[in-house]
Amino acid sequence: MLKQIEGSRAVAECVAMCRPNVISAYPITPQTHIVEDLAMIIGQGKLDAEFINVESEFAAGSVVLGASAAGARAYSATSSQGLLLMCEVIYCIAGMRLPIVLTCANRAISAPLSIWNDQQDSMALRDAGWIQLHAEDNQEAADLHIQAFKIAEQTSLPVMVCMDGFILTHAYEPVDIPEPKEVDHFLPPFTPKNIVDPRSPKGIGLFADPRFYLETRYILHRAMEKSEETIKAVSADFAKTFGRNSGGFIKTYKLENADLVIVSMGSVVGTIKELIDRMEEEGKKVGLVQICSYRPFPRHEIYNVLKDKMNIVVLEKSVSLGRGGILASDVRWSFPRAEKKDRNISSFIAGLGGRNIPMDDLRYMVEKVEKEPVELEFLGLKKELISEKDL
Amino acid sequence: MEQSAEELNKIEKKDLFTSGHRACGGCGQALAARLVADASGENTIACVATGCLEVFSSPYPDPSWRIPFLHSLFENAAAVASGVEAAYKALNKGPVNIIAQGGDGSTADIGFQCISGMFERGHNVLYVCYDNEAYMNTGVQRSSFTPLGARTSTTPMGNKTRKKNMPLLAADHGIPYVATATVDDFRDLQRKVKTALSIEGPKYIHILAPCPLGWGHHGELSVQICRLAKDTGIFPIYEIIHGKVSNVRKIPVKVPVEEYLKLQGRFKHLFKKGQPTPEVAEIQEIANQNIERFNL
Repeated sequence: MLKQIEGSRAVAECVAMCRPNVISAYPITPQTHIVEDLAMIIGQGKLDAEFINVESEFAAGSVVLGASAAGARAYSATSSQGLLLMCEVIYCIAGMRLPIVLTCANRAISAPLSIWNDQQDSMALRDAGWIQLHAEDNQEAADLHIQAFKIAEQTSLPVMVCMDGFILTHAYEPVDIPEPKEVDHFLPPFTPKNIVDPRSPKGIGLFADPRFYLETRYILHRAMEKSEETIKAVSADFAKTFGRNSGGFIKTYKLENADLVIVSMGSVVGTIKELIDRMEEEGKKVGLVQICSYRPFPRHEIYNVLKDKMNIVVLEKSVSLGRGGILASDVRWSFPRAEKKDRNISSFIAGLGGRNIPMDDLRYMVEKVEKEPVELEFLGLKKELISEKDL
Repeated sequence: MEQSAEELNKIEKKDLFTSGHRACGGCGQALAARLVADASGENTIACVATGCLEVFSSPYPDPSWRIPFLHSLFENAAAVASGVEAAYKALNKGPVNIIAQGGDGSTADIGFQCISGMFERGHNVLYVCYDNEAYMNTGVQRSSFTPLGARTSTTPMGNKTRKKNMPLLAADHGIPYVATATVDDFRDLQRKVKTALSIEGPKYIHILAPCPLGWGHHGELSVQICRLAKDTGIFPIYEIIHGKVSNVRKIPVKVPVEEYLKLQGRFKHLFKKGQPTPEVAEIQEIANQNIERFNL
């Protein structure tokens, strides 16, 4: 049913329809509305689940870890500092192959403190062994959560659904909320693989000495790579069941005849599409590759759709300080070494700490890389705020 | 579940925590973990913190546990146990005994917040602290349970502070059951585990578990050291049931703290040419305060 609804509420309603048994979270802006809504849904008796109010995100992660290891479908949500505080558990959940779903309402990282959006938080956890899916809009954010439980449980890998804080979480948009019975049909009840159970005692979380550790990480890496098939299959299955495309590995927009291609992920994709349409009217052929699955990284897909494109610009809301664009590095790595020489892959960092990314800035970026490649540029930088002694 | 006095006082030997683990000879924690597991019985899930117990009992592929064992991190055993309990509730499974356990570092220091959260939320979980008064797994560094005067690798001149009083901090959360125990009295320790598990809600048992390596005593003295810890008043034995201090163990013949300290290398520097330094009097004062406070 189409509803004019806040992004957080849409996510909460879809998570509730996935019938998690245990939800645990700690308040942090801009994630709070999601778990507040879930608490209300449980309070009103519309979902039979345990909601555990904890004393930190670290505990929230630990509670869902324990719940999942005991056979529950478990969910949490966080942002920014909360995700970083949870970091140790995030790695552990993946290593223990627990199919937990977590929403990251993407937000900047301190210092300086900023409650506003960028994607540095989930990016900081990109190597943890979690599938990371990025939503473009609230419809996709809602849909991705329904897919996330299925992907997690089929792969025994945790899934982080990333949605831009405020821009999506607090935005009211029309969202098609599925019927509970449709979700029940799409997502079967959770059948856990490995649980703590006195009827069949086993150890979960044993330590591995150097004879065994390397293999467990290799197996996890392969499982991450292999989850590509599941992510695609679940997305296709979702399209068949619900009649719309959401998620998947990558999406493209007006790519076929494009002379220049922008690669990006998250809500900024909407602005980019608008720019592409306007530039098309002006006779410029710009295309888009939208990353939906950031981990596993769609290396081969990117190569396949971009192998004939010589001018590419990566726009991202995170940065590896002392190195540059993180997504840009991943995109550059997607092409075989021998091919790199002729291909320009420019890197732009934008929108950090909630800085608006206006159309004019994107137009400036496109026009600049049309002329020459840009190794790294911070888009929208206010030079007047930076003095010589700062640098 | 109500148990008869006979059942409560029976010493349980079920080998649910088996031999063949890798603890040092005379390890108080290994002994305590076995007593706790056997008292709890088969219908138990152990959520264990990183530390000596985890390392010596759970190397892949040779764990020593015959009950389900769940380990994730150093500081989150209480929160993980909370999650297990929530899952059992949500899935209408159980009843089951859920026991979170860890050493003094994971209890008093790094895991304190998770334990406080578990107590405050009222989970039906027993937390067992194996207190060997320092970070033994990493090489005997000071914890907030390290007693006054004790030498550790990070207090090489002797610890300058008094031990954090965890049982009273636990009791102040308003939880229904708190108890202290030592590994020299199997019957008392196991009775307390069984009693705790018969009570709904969060429970805390604090077990003094001597570490021959860290304390600098011969392994065969672990049991004797526990007795001296009790008879000097250094480690009072009591229960706090619904906020009321109960079943305090009376000291038959009070022993000066010197007898306890002298058996342990970590206190050796407190005696110069056989004569006690002023710290010994201060430690005696702590014991006297315990004797007075709990009417030992």
